[in-house]
Amino acid sequence: MKKIVLMGNPNVGKSVVFSRLTGTNVIASNYPGTTVDFSKGKMCFGKEGHEIIDAPGTYSLEPSNKAEEVAVEMFGQADLIIDVADATNLERNLYLTLQLLEQKKPVILALNMWDEARHTGIIIDLKKLENELHIPVVPTVALSGEGFSDLVRRFDEARSPAEIEPMNDRERWMKIGEIIGNVQQVTHRHHTLRDWISEASIRPLTGVPIALVVIFTALWLVSFIGETLITYIFDPLFTLYAPIVMSISIWLGPGLLHELLIGQLINGEIDYIQSMGLLTTGLYVPFAMVLPYIIAFYSVLAVFEDTGYLPRLATLSDTLFHRFGMHGFGIIPVFLGLGCNVPGVLATRSLETKKQRFIAATLIAISVPCMAKNAMVFGILGSFGMVYVILVFGTLFLVFVSSGIILNRLIKGDSPEICLEIPPYRKPDPLTVLKKTWMRIRWFLKEAIPFVFLGVLLINVLYAVGFVEWLGGIFAPVIQGWFGLPQEATTALLVGFLRKDLAVGMLLPLGMSPLQLVIATTLLTIYFPCVGTFAVMFRELGIRDMIKATAFMAGTAFVVGGAMRLILLGI
Amino acid sequence: MEQPVTSLETGNTAVILWLEGGHWFQNKMRGIGIREQKTIRLVAKHPFNGPIVVEVDGREITIGRRMADHIITGVPE
Ligand SMILES: Nc1nc2c(ncn2[C@@H]2O[C@H](COP(=O)(O)OP(=O)(O)OP(=O)(O)O)[C@@H](O)[C@H]2O)c(=O)[nH]1
Ligand SMILES: [Mg+2]
Repeated sequence: MKKIVLMGNPNVGKSVVFSRLTGTNVIASNYPGTTVDFSKGKMCFGKEGHEIIDAPGTYSLEPSNKAEEVAVEMFGQADLIIDVADATNLERNLYLTLQLLEQKKPVILALNMWDEARHTGIIIDLKKLENELHIPVVPTVALSGEGFSDLVRRFDEARSPAEIEPMNDRERWMKIGEIIGNVQQVTHRHHTLRDWISEASIRPLTGVPIALVVIFTALWLVSFIGETLITYIFDPLFTLYAPIVMSISIWLGPGLLHELLIGQLINGEIDYIQSMGLLTTGLYVPFAMVLPYIIAFYSVLAVFEDTGYLPRLATLSDTLFHRFGMHGFGIIPVFLGLGCNVPGVLATRSLETKKQRFIAATLIAISVPCMAKNAMVFGILGSFGMVYVILVFGTLFLVFVSSGIILNRLIKGDSPEICLEIPPYRKPDPLTVLKKTWMRIRWFLKEAIPFVFLGVLLINVLYAVGFVEWLGGIFAPVIQGWFGLPQEATTALLVGFLRKDLAVGMLLPLGMSPLQLVIATTLLTIYFPCVGTFAVMFRELGIRDMIKATAFMAGTAFVVGGAMRLILLGI
Repeated sequence: MEQPVTSLETGNTAVILWLEGGHWFQNKMRGIGIREQKTIRLVAKHPFNGPIVVEVDGREITIGRRMADHIITGVPE
């Protein structure tokens, strides 16, 4: 089986090409650095099956961050290269093309974004370009599929031209100048409304107010969509479901199985949040509490990503993020982390140095609340009043800022400057947005539900064997003495390692005051990441840095919890 | 007059004369589209020594201030 690798500059449409060729959907977004790992898929043409690999984008074969390293590694394994180039930016894209051709592997060039090239008045003579490069050149529009039958049909013609010899940089750029002069004509472009909006949103004076409005609108949209879904869809569904579980409960009668499936009855009734059975809390928490917000967040995020606004936001926050030892691009992993920390930590691969990646990953794990954590905060404190919710998020924000400043001082290493291409604004395609949101929802269900079930199971087992009381006793000095919480709260913290959202049902019955609950939920979000995040941090940072990050989190939780007790409880 | 791109007035245009720095820096700049002989326009300059945004070949690029200080521009003859 032949390995076919998609190579090209960042944000030229490789991932859309991949989805189209293989039928396997991968995330594509309008900013450079969307893909940070490879994806494999299969396609058939001729008699054989072929393996297609989507790689991260890179400007050259000398990688400057971890994502680009993956791209170069994939290149090494390739039997055939589909070089995807942005037709609206051919000159710059040809640098990588020439480098690929010099490596003596068969290459075929897909001139993607052909639709945009047409619109902007860029004319490329394909025959001449083929003659210059000595490989097949196929114009494509990945979004609509235009040109793909040609592309596939011409795979056989891919070749490694003997005419292209290894060059140095200067020679390469000379050659590119020559080629562009021969094949490309650019008609003069007038400034459009789109250019005007683009500049307004990236200049400091206009950009900052625009950013504030955009972010608040987005947050409002997420909570509005989430609440609407809960009120009109998910809560009614669970109301319909209630008599069914109740009859199961009666049918089962008391006993171990009842404990596991239904859990505790509260005043003779099933309480979806506190009962802690697989069929009650185990279903209610992921589906009715978290899922609606996951749907809301990811649909809003998809629109954001596809417009191309994120790199502008990165530019505006660059100065601030330098205080935290990163540069503006760091805001993109933080944004992704608001949905789930796992893709957030993964996205740190587009940062250049170890120091930047360590700080970004640690800050995300410690103080960027994912949707499950947000659901927990709202679930526990929402009924007491917004002021308590704001107290938690305000504390998290302070923790983010101060941890960032401290880590920047503490961690040795470089924090290079930003160097980021700003893509043109594009109109999000509704179908693409829906598909992308659906992909992430499916991913959430696949990853989260097993852990919710495991968590529910663990809670039941731990209570049954008396582990909870034993552990509560051990941690009592810290939990009671230092944080000012009842010792039973220990279990919630323990289970929080599996799923933070399950803790709601464990904290509510303890009869704590709202301010104590503020402390408990804040601690739950910062003391330790959930297993999923823990695993991805381990993989991305390595064991030593993982231990460092964990120690920092535990230390921060200790300090912050103590300080909150002093300030909020006054004891 | 030779001056770094950071000394341009916002909205003004010049031609890139050379990239002052090592191989790594030059490669990085050229790779992202900032090359000698290209016309460059300063789109935005962020305060507190923040990044600048330039436009080359109709594309906007954000670059840190220290790097941008090493992009030397001039008026074409
Ligand atoms: N107009 C137009 N837009 C396209 C085309 N192909 C892709 N796009 C859009 O371009 C953006 C980038 O696409 P991706 O597939 O994420 O690009 P990529 O090369 O995988 O990017 P990285 O993973 O960051 O290297 C997305 O917003 C796509 O919807 C095309 O042919 N025409
Ligand atoms: Mg991609």
